[in-house]
Amino acid sequence: MRIVQLAHETDFQGWREAARRLLAAHAPPASLDWQAGPLVTTLFPDELPPLPTDIAKRTATVPAKFIELCESVILHKDPGRFGLLYKILWRLQLEPGLLQLSFDADIRKAEMMVKAVRRDMHKMKAFVRFRELKISPGETRFVAWFEPEHHIVAALAPFFTGRFTNMDWSILTPQSSMHWHDGQLFFTEGARQEDAPDEDDGETLWLTYYRHIFNPARLKIKAMQAEMPKKYWRNLPEAALITSLIADADKRTSAMIEAEPSVTRRKVRQYLPDSKKA
Amino acid sequence: MEINTKLGILADAAKYDASCASSGTDSRNSSKGKGIGSTEGMGICHSYAPDGRCISLLKILLTNFCVYDCVYCVNRVSSNVPRARFTVAEVVELTLGFYRRNYIEGLFLSSGIIQNPDYTMEQVVEVARILREEHDFRGYIHLKTIPDASDELLAKAGRYADRLSINVELPTAEGLSLLAPEKDARAIRISMGQLRTRIEAAKDKTLSGKRAPRFAPGGQSTQMIVGADASDDSTILAASASMYGAYQLRRVYYSAFSPIPDASAALPLKAAPLVREHRLYQADWLMRFYGFEAREIVTKDNGMLDLDVDPKTAWALQHREQFPVDINRAAKSMLLRVPGLGLTSVARIIAARSVRAVRLHDLAGLRVSLKKILPFIVLPDHQPGTRLDSAGLELSLKQGISTQLGLFRPG
Repeated sequence: MRIVQLAHETDFQGWREAARRLLAAHAPPASLDWQAGPLVTTLFPDELPPLPTDIAKRTATVPAKFIELCESVILHKDPGRFGLLYKILWRLQLEPGLLQLSFDADIRKAEMMVKAVRRDMHKMKAFVRFRELKISPGETRFVAWFEPEHHIVAALAPFFTGRFTNMDWSILTPQSSMHWHDGQLFFTEGARQEDAPDEDDGETLWLTYYRHIFNPARLKIKAMQAEMPKKYWRNLPEAALITSLIADADKRTSAMIEAEPSVTRRKVRQYLPDSKKA
Repeated sequence: MEINTKLGILADAAKYDASCASSGTDSRNSSKGKGIGSTEGMGICHSYAPDGRCISLLKILLTNFCVYDCVYCVNRVSSNVPRARFTVAEVVELTLGFYRRNYIEGLFLSSGIIQNPDYTMEQVVEVARILREEHDFRGYIHLKTIPDASDELLAKAGRYADRLSINVELPTAEGLSLLAPEKDARAIRISMGQLRTRIEAAKDKTLSGKRAPRFAPGGQSTQMIVGADASDDSTILAASASMYGAYQLRRVYYSAFSPIPDASAALPLKAAPLVREHRLYQADWLMRFYGFEAREIVTKDNGMLDLDVDPKTAWALQHREQFPVDINRAAKSMLLRVPGLGLTSVARIIAARSVRAVRLHDLAGLRVSLKKILPFIVLPDHQPGTRLDSAGLELSLKQGISTQLGLFRPG
């Protein structure tokens, strides 16, 4: 078994370089053990085989779609992802139409990973909640705590810097933290929830909004949970209201239905729009 | 009145509008701007309420004072609900405050009609203008437009907003004049037509090659209330189809009439079943993405969609002579009519069959419901046999489906 060592969890360039060399040396997928980050075994990684000198002829060409697939799959947390991508690359040499077969077990697995990564990225864009940290009069830092499932933090930097360009902010996560200060982006190590600020007054209005935009006459708890699963609730301030909103919904709805139509208390003057004045 | 109290009243007043979409506009960000905000093609739902609805935009009314007396509306002049009015500055500050904390994609602002349509529209547009021009806000803005407002105000609304909408409210003009005496079905349609013209003009370059002024790049949408009048599903879908065609709407939203506080005595006592609304959304999907015509979707004689089974399956059960479909040879348009095959599965089948024949165990790998699909298709190693013609097919499909209401997602 050959150990292939990558620099970090999302080291796509490293994977690509290693894969090219291994493929040129005809190293079968099952003979490789891919590892990322600090070495976890007592063994040393193996040297990669040199690229053959007639490289132009022997470099594998792959469909552009494969590179796209790699860029997403590499963000997945499954340690088997590097090996899976190499296996697909290996198979592509003999099966050029492979990527079009969504039901193939390897392709299906890779597509599931892409889907999971995309969903995780989408949910992080949606569910990060900034709280305000007053650093000095006139200087505010927006700080959020978030727990992504996959290695997506750096991949989301363009989204957050493009949206909150003129704010200073930090997004803290267990694996790594991303900061934006004076137009500069930088990353630090993972953080703990205690490092982020607690609830603040600015949240009051949001909670009011959440409570009132809810329509108790159309309870659809499953639909809510399909899109906002419980695992996210602990970092969403509004989620604390869900239980009581659900508990009161029936009572509020019956009260609306049972209420007698009331007599208008205001003085109503009949309004006639221009279009109806004829 | 405190801002927190106003927010409660004016969110309560806004929640009967189903739309919260933040999609379909141009892509932009703040990297060269002075303010905040960005949009991508796809919208983002920042939260979900226990009613299953997405919370993407701050959806509020500028005021719920209103001179109109629409029977179905919680804000009608004759209702005794508490009233409030935001100042323009308050809405601007609320929007920016929520946006900075990443609660929302932007603002959906609507209003009760106060004084007259122009006065109201002016206030609504002013909020959008300040957000864009004074704060360089680049997030999403959806404005509800008022049919009787002036052309000039409409042009301004389109310059600042990503999406505009006018609610048609009811599928027929008779229904509207009965339940919303101040509204005029003709005026609403004329306004939609004007919006379409402006939206399309803004997409074209002018003869001199210059860009036309910006106008609602996210298009227009509308909403129909279901179950407040006697219109059947055929009538509703025909109204949708004609509006999709005539005004190039991005979306028609269906809102099952539900109990409201201080309801009018003129309203039906019973709420429309949510499953009816769900079936209408499924039917709407079939018209927009699956190549179905409005008139072929309703298969029951009473003009209503079948509540027990989704409209595509209902159609297939009634048109068994068009099945089975050969998965490896059928045209895409026919694959799309197979119950249980969605857009993604069809795209995957078409990609795969250009490489090799698709077989039975391949389909299992596509994560589709074989139980639903198999009676309607042919594969090299599968024939539906007599199942397609059996009387029990309908029953077995209905039992399987009634528990899967979450499949199509309006919103």
